[in-house]
Amino acid sequence: MRTEIRIGGFGGQGVILAGIILGKAASIFDENEAVQTQSYGPEARGGASKCEVVISDSKIDYPKVQSPDILVAMSNEALIKYIVDLKDEGTLIVDPGTTDIEDVRDFIDQHNIKVYEAPATKTANDEIGLKIVANIVMVGAITKITGIISENAAIEAIKDSVPAGTEEKNINAFNAGYNLV
Amino acid sequence: MSEENKFTPYMRKDRLPHIFCPGCGNGTIMNAFLQAMEKAEMDFDNIAMVSGIGCSSRIPGYMNCDSLHTTHGRALSFATGLKTANKDLDVVVFTGDGDCASIGGNHLIHAARRNINLTVICINNNIYGMTGGQISPTSPKGSFGTTAPYGNMDAPFNLAELVAAAGASYSARWTTIQIENLVSSIKDGLKNPGFSFIEVATQCPTYFGRKNKLRTPTAMAVTLKMNTVFKSAADRMRKKDLEGKIVVGEFANSQRDEFTENIERISEEKFGKKTLINSAYEEEL
Amino acid sequence: MSEEFFIQGNEACAKGALKAGCRFFAGYPITPSTEVAETLARELPKVGGSFVQMEDEIASAGAIIGGSWGGTKSMTATSGPGISLMQENIGYAFITETPIVIVDVQRGSPSTGQPTMAAQGDMMQARWGSHGDYEPIALSPSSVQEFFDFTVKAFNLAEQYRTPVFVMADEVIGHMREKITVEDDIEIVARQMPEDKDNYLPFKNVENGTNPMPAFGQGFNIHVTGLTHDERGYPDTNDPETHHELVQRLCDKILNNKDKICSVQSEECGDADIIIVSYGAPVRSAIEAVQKARADGKKVGYIKLDTPWPFPEEQLKDLASNASDVFVVEMNLGQMYYEVERVLGSNANVHLIGKIGGLMPTPDEILSEINKMGGN
Repeated sequence: MRTEIRIGGFGGQGVILAGIILGKAASIFDENEAVQTQSYGPEARGGASKCEVVISDSKIDYPKVQSPDILVAMSNEALIKYIVDLKDEGTLIVDPGTTDIEDVRDFIDQHNIKVYEAPATKTANDEIGLKIVANIVMVGAITKITGIISENAAIEAIKDSVPAGTEEKNINAFNAGYNLV
Repeated sequence: MSEENKFTPYMRKDRLPHIFCPGCGNGTIMNAFLQAMEKAEMDFDNIAMVSGIGCSSRIPGYMNCDSLHTTHGRALSFATGLKTANKDLDVVVFTGDGDCASIGGNHLIHAARRNINLTVICINNNIYGMTGGQISPTSPKGSFGTTAPYGNMDAPFNLAELVAAAGASYSARWTTIQIENLVSSIKDGLKNPGFSFIEVATQCPTYFGRKNKLRTPTAMAVTLKMNTVFKSAADRMRKKDLEGKIVVGEFANSQRDEFTENIERISEEKFGKKTLINSAYEEEL
Repeated sequence: MSEEFFIQGNEACAKGALKAGCRFFAGYPITPSTEVAETLARELPKVGGSFVQMEDEIASAGAIIGGSWGGTKSMTATSGPGISLMQENIGYAFITETPIVIVDVQRGSPSTGQPTMAAQGDMMQARWGSHGDYEPIALSPSSVQEFFDFTVKAFNLAEQYRTPVFVMADEVIGHMREKITVEDDIEIVARQMPEDKDNYLPFKNVENGTNPMPAFGQGFNIHVTGLTHDERGYPDTNDPETHHELVQRLCDKILNNKDKICSVQSEECGDADIIIVSYGAPVRSAIEAVQKARADGKKVGYIKLDTPWPFPEEQLKDLASNASDVFVVEMNLGQMYYEVERVLGSNANVHLIGKIGGLMPTPDEILSEINKMGGN
């Protein structure tokens, strides 16, 4: 089964790292395949940021995301820009602190989108005391909601990806996100 | 037969006779280099020469040491790679005014900025000799060349000053008339553990001379001598009076960090590794 | 033993270089190849290697040739604009038989073009970019794992044939992340130091083998020049025979070993009426297109060129002998297409699916081109 995931947000929120963690968890720590790609160019220098991951239990040939099964929006701009590609009955995960779901209500209704709200930024602030781990909180929420990677693989991938000395805070952030939904 | 030159053992005898014109300064400068090398007590076997394209760049081909005759203007980039790969080598670059100041100008200032331990002998004859007498970036204003039939309109570079400003730890200029000073500067350059630039103003009777009413080597030598001003005197002269003069002397002579030493220092201090030499020959590293 | 990493193609390339014994990198920052330089700037000092950020790509190519004669396996990485600047020195490396590796992560071109988008527009530049006759080796990876593997292979081929080798990647493969497995026991070709200092000829013809190459400073006192030279390395620029012999020998040492150098991968070609030929990132779409076509009962196969240069014409002829139609999929307006046409054109209709703009062709785009042909 091939699953396509797109994560969109602002530059600086760490959406790229979130995608790398998903890919690494799937391909190194679960026995799946994964490809991660991201947007480059002027758009990646500030403002919007986009990261895409394909996860599959068999070899992935075409590496890019065309119509995501899962859209994670951490900014309203990303929500509005990317929702149109989301598959019918696809999964939408938003951070209600940084998005307004009413802006895409028509699309959600017309395409039977399953919507989940994960207040990653607020949780990062309130529970971890570090706004910058909102991306890891979101990885926790994605893991729980979609089951696309295992909890254990996610934790191993986080340990392997974050700066030395910050593992504990990041795993706390993951757990907080995992328990949000 | 005349007596064999005492420097012949340093030459590739099977490549002689050389291609230089009668009256060319290259022979004098080769002699000066070999004298300086002996005075500096260098191990000739440890010298590697690099050159670009032009008359002066043919010199390494006649010397019996490892020599890399590269593309036009790029000798300093090849030399940077060679020296970085094996910093134990004494790397000497022979180049000309067209080679290092025109097509290779960017490499020249960057090599000086890095203060990489190379000794560069720049043979400045103010003209393109190999291609037949076109003007160069050091041709005096008003001089003639095949590409300046009405006289050169551009101001020339002062190379020794340019290289000093770019950060070389040693820079000097002499002419083929002041042999003792030249030998002494090449010696100092060889011993200086940083970027050393020795510019030698020289005669090209074949092309510069022919185009500028200085057809004989003697006429060119006399002009070189007449136009020479020592730096100590030049420092007290007005800019206007120095136009067309060749200021000789040292323009930089002060130590600072050397490029390949810096590379090794990072490896050693941070990771306890010395820079590997000849690692291409190892199956396992 | 092996290790696994989830990394970018460009990082995998740097890792491959280190594994192959590269201890000198000289380069100039250019998108989308910069991560190769950044990774090696970080890693080389850890293993006693040297990293130099040069003033431009011309200097970068010069420096790695100097580094190679200095006794160190050397590499640079760049993209289209840089490859254009390097061409003169690459020709120098060919005529002086200097092993170097040049990585080109291709982007939308010509000129500054699309720095962050993918293309395969430099394939003919790898083939013919420098002036004169020569036979280059070029490898094109289609995955992050292959970017690692092919970089190692590029160093081995460079040493084996004493020649420059290109790794012709593209932005898709350079920037995407995938899992790679690095085995402990990877075969590495080490350079051979000649033994006999007195009788060594650096540019001699060696039948069925490689003329060993000394490093500068080992007492061989050799002369290396970009001028036409004899087997001692001495310039000999007016004798037609010397020039002909030299250039012919340089070409022959690659052409005579084509069967060992050329590499292709293929699937489903045996009974195929239609064959897709591709290299680099588009192979990924070609494979998926073949699977979809087979599921529809169409007899479609694919050939992937691991080595666009030398062009694997014998392999292509064998694999495509029964095909009536061949589709060449590449991210340019037709470069390798003309090679395929030259080799297979007398037996099959050769079509181009050339896509520019920066995005790789999708499996459906390939299928729709193929379907257009049958009218269905």
